[in-house]
Amino acid sequence: MRYFLLILALTVVTIMGVAGKRGSLSRQPPIEIFPDMDRQPKLRPQEPNAFFADGKSSREHPAGTVAHAAPLMVNGQAVYPHEDAPVNTGKITGTTNFVETNPFPVTETLMARGQQRYQINCLPCHGPQADGNGITKKLGMGVVANLQEKRFVTMTDGEVFHTISNGKNLMGSYAANVTVPDRWAIVAYLRALQLSKLATLNDVPAEMQSKLKK
Amino acid sequence: MSDIFPKWTNWLPLKIAVGAVLVGTAATAGSWYYLTPKYSNVGYQPVQPVAFSHAIHAGQLGMDCRYCHSAVEKSWYSNIPTASTCMNCHNQVLKDDPKLALVRESAATGKPIPWVQIHKVPDYVYFNHSVHVNRGVSCVECHGRIDKMDEVRQVEPLSMTFCLDCHRHPEKHLRPPDKITDLGWQVDPKTQKQNGEKFKHDWKVQSSQNCSACHR
Ligand code: HEC
Ligand code: HEC
Ligand code: HEC
Ligand code: HEC
Ligand code: HEC
Ligand code: HEC
Repeated sequence: MRYFLLILALTVVTIMGVAGKRGSLSRQPPIEIFPDMDRQPKLRPQEPNAFFADGKSSREHPAGTVAHAAPLMVNGQAVYPHEDAPVNTGKITGTTNFVETNPFPVTETLMARGQQRYQINCLPCHGPQADGNGITKKLGMGVVANLQEKRFVTMTDGEVFHTISNGKNLMGSYAANVTVPDRWAIVAYLRALQLSKLATLNDVPAEMQSKLKK
Repeated sequence: MSDIFPKWTNWLPLKIAVGAVLVGTAATAGSWYYLTPKYSNVGYQPVQPVAFSHAIHAGQLGMDCRYCHSAVEKSWYSNIPTASTCMNCHNQVLKDDPKLALVRESAATGKPIPWVQIHKVPDYVYFNHSVHVNRGVSCVECHGRIDKMDEVRQVEPLSMTFCLDCHRHPEKHLRPPDKITDLGWQVDPKTQKQNGEKFKHDWKVQSSQNCSACHR
């Protein structure tokens, strides 16, 4: 009996010693104890796959093509992603001139969306006031445009949209991360940020002016 | 005749019974403790090809998760960012740092960075990020304090019990939609019950327990 107890105790200690506690760090992938159908031979996004020459399971669009997608509704009109329309390009149809104003009606929902998207995508560099003092400025981003400068305040909405879509100089393209309607929402919000710095007392409704004077 | 079975054999049946009980208990306790995702999945922290730190980017820089994981609200799948997303900053920050050599190469050639996937449910489980994050379920419920981790590790088992525990009582976990990616946001136990019930009612939350919701 003594030997039996000793062997049992030793086995328990060895198993606990080798296996450790729950939640301890492990560099090895989890063991799948009954692997039935856990991993099926189907394609999952962003996983390596030897079938394709470049080894990517997530396929990219062939160059120069646009996905056949549901149309955007702009002022009650359907616009498809492949169309040469101001919403898609930021340019007046058939020309290389940028459109002056936002093709979407500027509503409170658009503004709220723009604020949220600005804070996700632009804030790290351009900062909460769009003055180019984002957190990364202190940590090595040398050049960040101050969007409160006159050049950007007078810039057309279309050109700002074009910058978000295609990038410019040191700023990369945000086309993959920000959808077309969200880009226009950001443009609308950016305009509000610029106005907030430029506004004078006379821009404030009369009944609110007395409050601000104090 | 009395010497065929020595005296100690009288105890043998008892000893065998006690031994069997001990071995049985140890085996049961062992498999209960070790053979579940709580042991097998939690704590997995593979070595990543680039020493990317969420503690620096999401914690210190305060970047929103959706800057990089931009599809998380729109699709079932939360994407890992492309190298060009990193190069938005790293074309200026740590421009020539050897730690980022792989990122620069990937951005230049289009060859993907071989990140190791950590969180993984079996292929017979249907999971969807967008239903959760658009209905007030924060990343922290399933991934823990990512914004404090230098290297990502799994902290929740992502087992069937784990999913069902929340699906049975979602009101304990729902939070305002603008706090989804704010992992440090503390649930206030006093108002949570009321808020949770309200969100559940207003958003018509139906966290299904039907087998076909997750196994389809
Ligand atoms: C990773 C940092 C970074 C982020 C994030 C970022 N930008 Fe920029 N942005 C820059 C830099 C750097 C420049 C200056 C480019 C130059 O002149 O070389 C710039 C310039 C600009 C310009 C001026 C371009 C011109 O005509 O000179 C606009 C407009 C702009 N950004 C808008 C945005 C908007 C809108 C967002 C959010 C979707 C955004 N940026 C996010 C870094 C960033
Ligand atoms: C918003 C800008 C920004 C983006 C986008 C960004 N980084 Fe960084 N990264 C930084 C800053 C700022 C630092 C800190 C520099 C410092 O501490 O001096 C940094 C530091 C690093 C470091 C060095 C960490 C260390 O231990 O010193 C690595 C590696 C890194 N980033 C990888 C990445 C990868 C990979 C991506 C893409 C998934 C990425 N970064 C995206 C701004 C960014
Ligand atoms: C600067 C870009 C960036 C930001 C911001 C970011 N992540 Fe990540 N995330 C990555 C990269 C790159 C990886 C893959 C490498 C790794 O696992 O460390 C990753 C991996 C992960 C993983 C593990 C994926 C797996 O394989 O299972 C989780 C979970 C995650 N991120 C959640 C978050 C959450 C939550 C936030 C917001 C607090 C966040 N991330 C913010 C870039 C980012
Ligand atoms: C309800 C639980 C839950 C919530 C909430 C959640 N996740 Fe996940 N996440 C998972 C599961 C489960 C997986 C593994 C999915 C799989 O098998 O592909 C995962 C995987 C991931 C991955 C890795 C994808 C891959 O295949 O490499 C990333 C990145 C990620 N989540 C980021 C996030 C972010 C960012 C948020 C918050 C906006 C979030 N998750 C919220 C459960 C969750
Ligand atoms: C912290 C809470 C929480 C956790 C943990 C959680 N869920 Fe959910 N889940 C919800 C809520 C809330 C909904 C309902 C959303 C709605 O009503 O649209 C939901 C909905 C779903 C749906 C959609 C159901 C339908 O009817 O289409 C699926 C699928 C799902 N969850 C799978 C999972 C899986 C798999 C896991 C475990 C990896 C998990 N969930 C973990 C809260 C959670
Ligand atoms: C909320 C989502 C959810 C629902 C609802 C759900 N499951 Fe699961 N189920 C899971 C997950 C996640 C796993 C994988 C656990 C793991 O990683 O081992 C799983 C695994 C399983 C397994 C395999 C266990 C193993 O380890 O081999 C079976 C069998 C199963 N589920 C049956 C059911 C049945 C029957 C129902 C209906 C009563 C059901 N499930 C409902 C999420 C769910």
